[in-house]
Amino acid sequence: MSLLNVNNLSVSFVTRNGTTNAVQSVSFTVEPNSITAIIGESGSGKSVSCYALLGLIPQPPGRIDSGSAEFEGRDLLQLSERELRGIRGSDIAMIFQDPMTCLNPYMRIGEQLIEPLLVHGVADKETATARATALLDEVGIRNPESAMNAYPFEFSGGMRQRVMIAMALITEPKLLIADEPTTALDVTIQAQILQLIKSLQDKRDIGVLFISHDLAVVSDIADQIVVMEKGHVVEQGAPTDIFSNAQHPYTQKLLAAIPSGEPPEADGSRAPLITATNLKTYFTSENSDEPVKAVDDVSLTINRGEVLGLVGESGSGKSTFGRSILRLTPITAGSVEFDGLNVGELDKGSLKTLRRRMQMIFQDPYASLNPRMTVYDTLAEPLLLHKIVDRAGLDSAIKSLMDNVGLSRAFAKKYPHEFSGGQRQRIAIGRALATKPEFIVADEPVSALDVTIQAQILDLLKDLKDEYGLTMLFQSSASLSCGRCSQRSKSMSQTACWASIRIL
Amino acid sequence: MLRFIFWRLIQAIPVIFVVITATFFLVRSAPGGPFDSEKAVLPEVKRALEAQYKLDLPLHEQYFAYLSDLSNGDLGPSFKYPGRSVNEILGSGLPVTAELGLYALSFALLIGVLAGVFAALKPNTRQDYIPMGLAMIGICMPSFLLGPLLVLVFGIYLDWLPIAGWGDLPGDKILPSITLGSAYAAYIARLSRAGMLEILSQDYIRTARAKGLPEWRVVTQHALRGGLIPVIAFLGPAFAGLLAGSFVVETIFQIPGLGRFYVQAAFNRDYTMILGTTVFLSTLIVFFNLISDVIAAWLNPRLRAQFKGAA
Repeated sequence: MSLLNVNNLSVSFVTRNGTTNAVQSVSFTVEPNSITAIIGESGSGKSVSCYALLGLIPQPPGRIDSGSAEFEGRDLLQLSERELRGIRGSDIAMIFQDPMTCLNPYMRIGEQLIEPLLVHGVADKETATARATALLDEVGIRNPESAMNAYPFEFSGGMRQRVMIAMALITEPKLLIADEPTTALDVTIQAQILQLIKSLQDKRDIGVLFISHDLAVVSDIADQIVVMEKGHVVEQGAPTDIFSNAQHPYTQKLLAAIPSGEPPEADGSRAPLITATNLKTYFTSENSDEPVKAVDDVSLTINRGEVLGLVGESGSGKSTFGRSILRLTPITAGSVEFDGLNVGELDKGSLKTLRRRMQMIFQDPYASLNPRMTVYDTLAEPLLLHKIVDRAGLDSAIKSLMDNVGLSRAFAKKYPHEFSGGQRQRIAIGRALATKPEFIVADEPVSALDVTIQAQILDLLKDLKDEYGLTMLFQSSASLSCGRCSQRSKSMSQTACWASIRIL
Repeated sequence: MLRFIFWRLIQAIPVIFVVITATFFLVRSAPGGPFDSEKAVLPEVKRALEAQYKLDLPLHEQYFAYLSDLSNGDLGPSFKYPGRSVNEILGSGLPVTAELGLYALSFALLIGVLAGVFAALKPNTRQDYIPMGLAMIGICMPSFLLGPLLVLVFGIYLDWLPIAGWGDLPGDKILPSITLGSAYAAYIARLSRAGMLEILSQDYIRTARAKGLPEWRVVTQHALRGGLIPVIAFLGPAFAGLLAGSFVVETIFQIPGLGRFYVQAAFNRDYTMILGTTVFLSTLIVFFNLISDVIAAWLNPRLRAQFKGAA
């Protein structure tokens, strides 16, 4: 018998602007001691269906229209709030996407950990503390005793997610709902957390409902995959079936979007455009006299017309490296040469000329566009600033830019908030291309985007590279998206370049 | 932490110094003097009086004489209450005003936090609009209107509470405290509503709900700690404001507090009295601001850790 049997679930949101059918007739099951993964882009209704099970969507505006969710002989959707509360955090526990915001910053870790045990009357404070300490140890937190007395800000994202997992498992739930538990984490940490969830699930014989937008993430751990699109389940089956024999076009699209490790051909016979020699960028630290060595003694060359991938976790210094090359951050020691010019020693005027030839695309398309400027104004600014075109030629220049990055010309007068993440990144790319640069630093340009959108943006970058004859430094924490469009990759770990891998 | 407090105290010295200097010269530049009155005073008498209170000296000498007295903690003699020093008058008025301020603040906190939290639980419903509407009225209603209204209703029509006095009849402290505190209750209600609304939309509140916590525990255990930080930061300025702004209430209810002396001193051109009260109140304001800043910072574990590291 299934642990959880969701049948025909429909959820809608009623707002002033009309009714949105977020989830429509969705059915799936979670077997005991197995992992069911729900896959879909943001907005596909995967999170809403899980939150609805536990009464965690605000009503109104949310409304459960129909369906049943049988868990241990009871229909969760028919339970009163009081009865649901008895199940939440005891028989069914949850972990959430962003561990940075999901722990209460004002409470000690231990206090938060033992809370479910106390609330559900499972154990007294002493027993609960002992169990929490043991569990922290089990999820891989060092010095669990002192961790109990620490506050969340003292931990990294990965560590906090371990704490969240411990908090969910402390009441020995039968079902664990994990809502994108690894999405906000670095790629190496991601793998560790996935391993941890898998091993804990095995050991405790619990059922897991795993929500993710990333097919590649769940492929190794899921026993059953449910693919959702626009509130509907479009396909479900075992991972092997899904991977080998996907029926629905949307699933095929998701599969195709998984970045493959096949890089384009490299051409070794090119002159270097950028040469960084023993580059060091330090920041003074407020808390200690030792400077923070963000980039420590890095040397590398980027050849003209080449895309160099720079792989490293967040905090490894790859962003600072990119900014140092453009001299957006002052260099501490070493030199950067761009086409024979020493970037570090240029005066203001020559630097401005140089900036025209080197541009940057930022990670977060939500934050890097000025919300009060229309697309037209955003694109016009660099064109006029660097006197690429005069006022008369402005309209046509902007139109051709928008065509090149795949934005409809009709969008010119719209503001950033009216666009999706992928479209915004297209605007940001258009802005970078406006000055017809020779070199572009792309700082995690796709990591904030859905996986199918990621593929589109990567393809766009690849096309533009050929069209504009660009040289690119492509920074990413995910080596696969790097591989999709770069010819050479370098790993950056602990602030130093320690390996140069040629993926050929 | 200690270093932080120390620096804040050091910074307060120039602030208070500027207040003293500005007040000193402002009151003396106002027309009239302490010994002008309708009655004709013999020129010799007036000169003698001025000599006794050093008013015949050049202005800058008066100023330095005052500063040197002040550094010994002496606020000088009152010009209008012969034989009493400003220190004595402040000393007799302060306990009454402080007690009134404390009651008013407690009332404001109790009502304000309750109303604000209550409103934040169901935003944009009747449960929100009614207390917030009342709060708006509370902010707009001046105490010289609210006080007499309360006296009329509770003191005269219903005859439940005494209409004036302080500590003479049972319950005579209730109406002045409510009158003084209600405007602050309204501010606190709005602050707590905003603070709680922000915290209640945080992800960790969802986590708390997912743990199966009943709603009242979500609010008391998880939301209040962060949600009330703005309120706590406001308490210091509020208490100082209550002390300084109590004169209307003290006048309405015939309370022998600091506020009445302050106002009378201004009318009487009682230079030392005005200066003394101003210096005293500005020191209190600086001090209470510091205390509430320290407490608000202390409630944030991250800042607390930084303090520990720095101290």
